[in-house]
Amino acid sequence: MTSAPTNDIEFRSVTKRYGAVTAVSDINLSVPKGAFVALLGPSGCGKTTCLRMIGGFEQPSEGEVLIAGKVANGVPAYRRPVNMVFQHYALFPHFDVERNVAYGLRQLRPRLPAAEIARRVGEALEMVRLTGFARRRIHEMSGGQQQRVALARALVNKPSVLLLDEPLAALDKKLRTAMQIELQTLQRDLGITFVLVTHDQEEALSMSDLVCVMSAGRIRQLATPQEVYDRPADLFVADFVGKTNRFAGTLETGGTVRLGNGAALPAARADLAPGAVTVALRPEAIRLSRGTAGATTLEGTVTHRIFLGSAAEYSVAVDGLGDLLVTAERHSQSQNDLVAPGERVAISFDPGQTHIFPA
Amino acid sequence: MRALITAVYLFLYAPIALVVLFSFNAGRNASEFTGFSVEWYGKALANPFLITALQNSLIIALVSATLAAVFGTMAALGLERLGSRARAVFDGLLAAAIVVPGVVIGIATLVALVAVFGAINPAIAAIWPGERPPQLGLGYGSIIAAHGLFTMALVTMIVKARIATLGRDIVEASADLYATPLTTFRDIVLPQILPSVLAGFLLAFTFSFDDFIVAFFVAGSKTTLPIYVFASIRRGVTPEVNAIATMVLVASLLLILIARLLMREKTRKSPAGE
Repeated sequence: MTSAPTNDIEFRSVTKRYGAVTAVSDINLSVPKGAFVALLGPSGCGKTTCLRMIGGFEQPSEGEVLIAGKVANGVPAYRRPVNMVFQHYALFPHFDVERNVAYGLRQLRPRLPAAEIARRVGEALEMVRLTGFARRRIHEMSGGQQQRVALARALVNKPSVLLLDEPLAALDKKLRTAMQIELQTLQRDLGITFVLVTHDQEEALSMSDLVCVMSAGRIRQLATPQEVYDRPADLFVADFVGKTNRFAGTLETGGTVRLGNGAALPAARADLAPGAVTVALRPEAIRLSRGTAGATTLEGTVTHRIFLGSAAEYSVAVDGLGDLLVTAERHSQSQNDLVAPGERVAISFDPGQTHIFPA
Repeated sequence: MRALITAVYLFLYAPIALVVLFSFNAGRNASEFTGFSVEWYGKALANPFLITALQNSLIIALVSATLAAVFGTMAALGLERLGSRARAVFDGLLAAAIVVPGVVIGIATLVALVAVFGAINPAIAAIWPGERPPQLGLGYGSIIAAHGLFTMALVTMIVKARIATLGRDIVEASADLYATPLTTFRDIVLPQILPSVLAGFLLAFTFSFDDFIVAFFVAGSKTTLPIYVFASIRRGVTPEVNAIATMVLVASLLLILIARLLMREKTRKSPAGE
């Protein structure tokens, strides 16, 4: 027999089709108990379908979805020990805040005593800092407050898994950052597994323990945020998560990559067959220096500068290679720390920072 | 242009105004106002034939509007789950049911009912053990069925419009919070569509109560209020008919006004936040 499940959510070869369209294709995924997982990908990548299959709003066409070690296929949404925070909150407009939050508890059989419900609703409202708002109508509240009502309405049930469908998409930037921190704190304090769906890579990287990057119905990489960023599994992940420079090159026998302008990069990649490759390089891994430097083989002219305060983003037209995006931290508050458009620069980077993918 | 518009409105509403005015006429003559009086209202309400017709109309309107509200709402809820192509077909059929002329509905219903009765009555007679088998015929049932069917399309249209603004996510949210489909319907969906169901009921009631054409075809020996009024005009337009017409007018306007208020109430309130 199986021992106590260590995974709260498990996908076993899950495929979901809508008619001729395959939304999710042969997904295998394990979400450990108490983890904060982000399903990240562009719209239409199948991340929301996966979330809805956990919630019970969709049933897989093939494969199994397990919740707390039990196969959940065919179990309707109202019998699943998971709760969801909907993208547009989906609060009940004809109830006040308290009745919205109490709704899940009121459905439990045998019935909970009224005092118990009131106590837990009070706790949930306190948790999302909405004490005193119990009698408010939903349309009297701001977007950020509605978001927190939705959160309280889900968390009051103490679900084993909380599903979040783009919960912060409708909030302005400042509120979003505040909610990101709040969500993270809540997740750590409660120890509930969170599954977050988002197309915002920053959100995924900053909040979660595990990022599941998806595209076209498949998982491209499942790893920690740092690993996804530092060691992207493929070109799609490198492109989608963070900013990336990419240029075409040829991998030669003996472990060098020859770039379009003739420059050679050392690349010890025994696993790749010689031939056309794409080299990816993060903007912050590149250093700029004024004028020409003897050792470097790449030189170019700065075409644009975007001043970001603590750093600056440059677009550099590299001789023989095309445009390159460079992020440079500033170390002092002097004009000297900034390169002006039109200036010639030398470009250097650690070859170990590059990622090489088959083209 | 202005004169033309004035003329159009006069043409539309002056006769109605005259009916209302002459219902308060003291004299018997319908073309000469001889003084203010409410005596014709008293006469109308004391007329046993009129009261029977009014009762018939009220019973038919109440039952058919109730059936239309229940089944129309069910249809609206069901249609929402159809695929887009099937839904387009049913939307077209609904619109058709509303625009088909009353004469056509009347004849079609009559022909269909007579055919069905003609087939069923001998069958019942054949298996009936007693002396006098029951005969299906035109009457309450046939008027209620005819009215219920075409006003059901009306209710479906109104409730459907309301459901469209609801969004599926509150239904899913309710399921997510452990509510069974029945609870979701009772606690979440119904309270939000109820005003539109009531509005549909009131409109259906008014349609049925005011309908002459369809009822005339399928009424059999039953007399509804519009049929009674029609029949009594043949004996000349009396201020009594005017009084009846005025009462019907006021009652109908009132019901439609309430229906409009119910429909507006909800569309104003629903968009929360954003």
